[in-house]
Amino acid sequence: MDFDKEVDAKNLNCPLPILRCKKGLNDLQANQVLKIMATDPGSVKDFEAFCKQTGHTLLQLDQTDKVFTFYIKKRNDAL
Amino acid sequence: MAKKLALIASKGTLDWAYPPFILASTAAALDYEVCIFFTFYGLTLLKKDISDLKVSPLGNPAMPMPVPMPNFVQMLPGMESMATMMMKQQIADKGVASIEDLRRACLESGVKLIACQMTVDLFDFKRSDFIEGIEIGGAATFFEFAGNSDVSLFI
Repeated sequence: MDFDKEVDAKNLNCPLPILRCKKGLNDLQANQVLKIMATDPGSVKDFEAFCKQTGHTLLQLDQTDKVFTFYIKKRNDAL
Repeated sequence: MAKKLALIASKGTLDWAYPPFILASTAAALDYEVCIFFTFYGLTLLKKDISDLKVSPLGNPAMPMPVPMPNFVQMLPGMESMATMMMKQQIADKGVASIEDLRRACLESGVKLIACQMTVDLFDFKRSDFIEGIEIGGAATFFEFAGNSDVSLFI
């Protein structure tokens, strides 16, 4: 999947993956895609909750071995 | 309109420093407006140097220890420092953020930090003991924000 920015949040625990994700999204324009990788098993539920509450779109979630890779599209009316 | 989170942080140990800063930084990432009111021992978390926060197994029977330890052993000099060292090692090993990092994340994302005026006076703290970017105010200042908040917690 194409993306505009990549953030590595592997080996970080709650809430750091979400904080890194937010920081990464801040650098993007509306509709651009952030790829972020995490190993925290809690991040799956947390990223879903994050997107639901902020209006960004979780396009895809890949899981390989112990790494979760999220593709998140920045919301359109982003501040 | 943004949701609002109001927290009261009343504890100043290494373990209890986590909940307010984790919740505040996460809520800020979720676009909440956040305010933390630091009172009593919580004021310690606003000091310039917070590298010396400690955790004590004494009077804390739920704290996981590598070997069971009776209270009279926990009282011995150096036990608190040892427990703190072990906890910090565990924090680093598990990729858990440091309190310094979480506090920085709060400051960078615009979390409002208020030191309780009464306890600042009570403990003879000085404004210069604390980091920049905080306010000093009383209970009414807290309610000005908390009165319109969606979530309010005492920690």
